[in-house]
Amino acid sequence: MEPGKKNATARGSVELANVTKRFADTVAVRNINLKIPAGAYCCLLGPSGCGKTTILRMIAGHEQPTEGAVLIDGQNVVGAPPVARGTAMMFQSYALFPHLSCLDNVAFNLKVRGVGKAERHERAADMLSRVHMRTFADRLPAQLSGGQQQRIALARSLITNPRVLLLDEPLSALDEFLRLQMRGELRRIQNEFGISFIHVTHTQMEAIALADMVVVMDQGHIEQAASARDVFDRPRTPYVARFLGGQNVLSGTVTDASAGVVAIDSGGQRILISAPDAAPAVGATFQIAVRRDRVRLQRPTGAALGVNMVSGRVTAIEYQGFFLKITLEEASGEEFVVNQSDSTFFADPLDVGDEVVVQWQPEEVHYLTVGEQTQARLDAPAVARAH
Amino acid sequence: MAGAGAGHKEYGKRPWTFYALAAFFTLFVLFLYGPMSAIYILSFQGPTGGLTFPMQGASLHWFTALFEQQRTGDFAGAFTRSITLALIVLSLTVAFSVLAGLGFRRRFPGASLVFYLAVASLIMPGILVGLGVGLTFQLFEVQTRWYLSALGAQLTWTLPFGLLIMFAVLSRFNRAYEEAGRDLGASNWQIFWMVVVPIVVPGIIGVALFGFTLSYDEFPRSLLTAGAQNTLPMEIWAMTTNVTSPALYALGTVTTLVSFVVIALALGSIALIQRRRAQRVLPVEQKAAGSQA
Repeated sequence: MEPGKKNATARGSVELANVTKRFADTVAVRNINLKIPAGAYCCLLGPSGCGKTTILRMIAGHEQPTEGAVLIDGQNVVGAPPVARGTAMMFQSYALFPHLSCLDNVAFNLKVRGVGKAERHERAADMLSRVHMRTFADRLPAQLSGGQQQRIALARSLITNPRVLLLDEPLSALDEFLRLQMRGELRRIQNEFGISFIHVTHTQMEAIALADMVVVMDQGHIEQAASARDVFDRPRTPYVARFLGGQNVLSGTVTDASAGVVAIDSGGQRILISAPDAAPAVGATFQIAVRRDRVRLQRPTGAALGVNMVSGRVTAIEYQGFFLKITLEEASGEEFVVNQSDSTFFADPLDVGDEVVVQWQPEEVHYLTVGEQTQARLDAPAVARAH
Repeated sequence: MAGAGAGHKEYGKRPWTFYALAAFFTLFVLFLYGPMSAIYILSFQGPTGGLTFPMQGASLHWFTALFEQQRTGDFAGAFTRSITLALIVLSLTVAFSVLAGLGFRRRFPGASLVFYLAVASLIMPGILVGLGVGLTFQLFEVQTRWYLSALGAQLTWTLPFGLLIMFAVLSRFNRAYEEAGRDLGASNWQIFWMVVVPIVVPGIIGVALFGFTLSYDEFPRSLLTAGAQNTLPMEIWAMTTNVTSPALYALGTVTTLVSFVVIALALGSIALIQRRRAQRVLPVEQKAAGSQA
């Protein structure tokens, strides 16, 4: 099956339909539905054990789903070996063959397909050039740095002419500097080859910096699958808001809702928030997110707290260069983080222990979906860590 | 503080325990190699010399006497048989240990039972294993032969040994290599020969070495199973009772030499593989690596 023959323009759309994966007595992935468009850079994001690697391995053909279908360019590939799928996987450990030179590692796929020595070495050398590793052709993997090994692993996968490249935590073994460099490199190669990349990571910033589509996962299910901007700026659930960072989640029980204002009880503290179009019922759980950098810090005036305000005590101040990360503890014990620009901060520097009031504009209130996923989690006590 | 100062002054001086332990170690080495060295030296005894010191000159007389059948028994035949048997044991041990080692990585039903059955024969006294094999052959009226019953008896010893070594070797083998091979389109056969075997080959050489030397030295398991024709250890045993010349020592020297050659070959090939894998770096390239990363 030569990939891409029937559809020359877009290669490598991936669809998971009602996919469930069980291992012995644990459920790693529960009833997943996901569509990744052809040519997309997709990041599967979640904490370790959330099932993201299992999904990657099911797309790769190294695991078979217990239930459901995996479609690549519209074709169900469940049961098919990796080569027949047009996928190639880059392993977390790179899994470069230690006994083969870089050239022979890259030429491995050609060798098993019976391509002659001269031709396969020439094609492997070309591929090495494309990842800037031509001069390392004769080296053994053990003689390379982590970043160099990764380029070899990338070349070895790409030489199979895949429609989908699957990357399992590709940057986690690199130091910070190399990580940023390789991040750009991955994106460049993805553009150059015009195929889908599916990249598993637990690093939020890596996902939103790279991906066209971010799939946020938790405990075997998808919390949100959307563009990087959407998951960061418009998280659907409290989990996504907290996991992506950058947001404060306020949550409580509605005590009354009238005149465009919702009053909630959050750990004994009364907070007033601008109400959404459809006012929530009294007694319901109500959750919102507010971005760390879209709030204003003031010293307390003694007046009662108005709408879209909370008060707290500064517990930590971290200098971050362009801004300061100020951590507050609300009266209820909840943590609230404010990113304040350096110029604003240094005009009137706060100290740890200072009492402050935080306020934000009504349009900065982001209403979160409560319920279905929380409910799903309660229904699924058996969902367990896959690793 | 004063104590610390004194301690600092004596830095580099060895405590008395060092000398006590060094003396103990010297004794150990003496007991280990002394008797053997005596045999090696005495095998170069002059033609008129006897079984004990002093040396009556030095010669290779007893080494040549070794190959004269009428004087010392069928040494050449026993030697050939032992080497052949050891090579057969080596091949079978390597083949089955490697495959069993790979097989045991999947927890198939009854895996532990099969494992314990396999290694139980390690703790069985060898002479009893030999006796059992001999009796079984008698029961079914099959002639015991060195290449049949003795081979089987020796395998009860070398196979579990080989399996245990393969467990140790494969426990450090990253399964991602196999998955990478499959991902790159290799068949199971290609994965085995092009990925698994080359990576674990030092361990396989270890298994081969064990298989060979365990068989070559084996006495109790061969004693009641070798049939009419002796293997080398049995030939030596027979000679100790009826040969009264330094030819016996010459035989000891020759067999030891063979063992050493085999071990040297095995260790040498492992070292060679590792050297070849490590020696492709050119110092100039190393610098290029730094700048390009």
